[in-house]
Amino acid sequence: MKNIIEISNLDKSFGDVQAVNNLSFKVKTGEFFAFLGENGAGKSTTISIMCGTLNKDKGTVIIDGKNIDDQMNEISKEIGVVFQSSVLDGVLTVKDNLMSRACLYGIMGENAKKRIDDLAQLLDFKDLLNRTFSKLSGGQRRRIDVARALLHKPKILILDEPTTGLDPQTRKTLWNVIEMYRKKENLTVFLTTHYMEEVTDADYVVILDKGKISAEGTPLDLKNKYTGDYILTYNVLESEVKKLNLPYEAIRDGFKIFINDNKIIRDLIINYPKIFEDFEIIKGKMDDVFLAVTGKKLKIGD
Amino acid sequence: MSQFFCLTKRNIKMFFKDKGMFFTSLITPIILLILYITFLGKVFNDSFVSNLPEGVEVSQKIISGMVSGELFSSLLAVSCVTVAFCSNLLMVQDKVNGAKKDFYISPIKKSKLAVSYYAGSFITTLIVSITAMLACFIYVGITGWFLSFADVLLILLDIILLTLFGTALSSVVNVFLSTNGQASAVGTVVSAGYGFICGAYMPISSFGIGLQRFLSFLPGTYGTCLIRSHALSGVFNELKNQNFPSDVIEKIKDSIDCNFYFFGNKVSHLAMYGILIGSIVLFIGIYILINYLRKRKQI
Repeated sequence: MKNIIEISNLDKSFGDVQAVNNLSFKVKTGEFFAFLGENGAGKSTTISIMCGTLNKDKGTVIIDGKNIDDQMNEISKEIGVVFQSSVLDGVLTVKDNLMSRACLYGIMGENAKKRIDDLAQLLDFKDLLNRTFSKLSGGQRRRIDVARALLHKPKILILDEPTTGLDPQTRKTLWNVIEMYRKKENLTVFLTTHYMEEVTDADYVVILDKGKISAEGTPLDLKNKYTGDYILTYNVLESEVKKLNLPYEAIRDGFKIFINDNKIIRDLIINYPKIFEDFEIIKGKMDDVFLAVTGKKLKIGD
Repeated sequence: MSQFFCLTKRNIKMFFKDKGMFFTSLITPIILLILYITFLGKVFNDSFVSNLPEGVEVSQKIISGMVSGELFSSLLAVSCVTVAFCSNLLMVQDKVNGAKKDFYISPIKKSKLAVSYYAGSFITTLIVSITAMLACFIYVGITGWFLSFADVLLILLDIILLTLFGTALSSVVNVFLSTNGQASAVGTVVSAGYGFICGAYMPISSFGIGLQRFLSFLPGTYGTCLIRSHALSGVFNELKNQNFPSDVIEKIKDSIDCNFYFFGNKVSHLAMYGILIGSIVLFIGIYILINYLRKRKQI
């Protein structure tokens, strides 16, 4: 698969603060790429450089084969961005907002109307078109933000913490829509988020800390590398579990046994069928990966 | 080009749909109107009558025409600049709300965006000012109409030029603002102060000589003088037709800023137009230069 984003040795400082420090990574076409990190880790700075709203100090950024140094105008046609907070005009209607943004990409008149209708169908906001944007709920606004980002049929959709502050149901709906559109249009999704369950579905994850990459890989690779699996076994006696000589902790109705190797798990189950009559194997979580890599817990709202 | 029209249309819609912005821009003209209704109209009326030479009588219609002419010329001179300042605050609001960030990630040229703010603000100010002008004409028609067709056209020209000036000046000032606090500070200062410095509340001739000289350096002053001259031209012609002494007419013109002096030298209307057009070109040039020099840095 071709790389649609290639960033090499990217540097950006604000005075004495090194926001991005020799950052290099690649994103493949059609991939769901997740960027993790605390506030100030350099996520937004990197996105701003990619979007051309911030100058870099050093390094190369190639997007869809074009260099941001001299082809930013072309690149901006390939990028759609959903910002952390909505940037549409509160006093205008949804339709006026989308029409005014569509014209930025040269989509006007009937073409614009058709595109907005298509997106309204896809994102289910036909009934909101004539409503004033500021009067919409958080979830409705987010849907319109996504529609705005997709107006010009970009190849890359950048989502900068798009679900922060949304209720779980709206988050789920939004992700279903993005996922459906991604598969249909082979869209590359570049996500920054605080919700670890969203990262779990990513194809590739980069964890940033103080402007540098702390870890990267698929969620499975990261979990395998930075967290251990564990078995939850229920309705057994502690004396039985002790016999395994493995670290464990008591939970309600059972015990949590920490094991790093899948082979050991398999052997245990075979050799101690009485202890593992009612059990489940749990993979490490992305929260644990983040904690192991950065030594920090990622808090929602950071 | 159509992108530019589209953005300008958006900017105009933003102004008229944002009730806060719309009514804030009308505060100064409304204050002026209230001042005239409550006492300024009477002050001007009494002042005009008391300045008449002994034994000279003037009809009430002419006096009303004079006062209403002063009112509407002041109102229009103020609204052309203050409305422009308020409507042009959209460029600050867009920075604060992040809309500008949204524009900058699109392929639209920064210069096109800057010109669309200018055009949007110019058109909105012109719509408000021309509406105010029509309302003023109705009022003048009731109190005493002395305007010729040429006067009406010249007033329209003055409004267009003063609006171009107000928009250009506000563009140069507002482009440096980046917070709501700064925007409201500028809005308040302009709304409160411009009425005084352009001679809308009180004629500049009634100020001290030092202040008069200072104000003679401000291009907006000449815009007010032009509108006032054309608004009262019909009244003065009527006075002439009634064989009113020309030196008295000149004195009245001096007292209400229809004549304006730069260090003792009377400034002709042609020179006033020159100053106004020159300053429009200058401020637009500065605005273009600022936008040219400013690179796409952090928004």
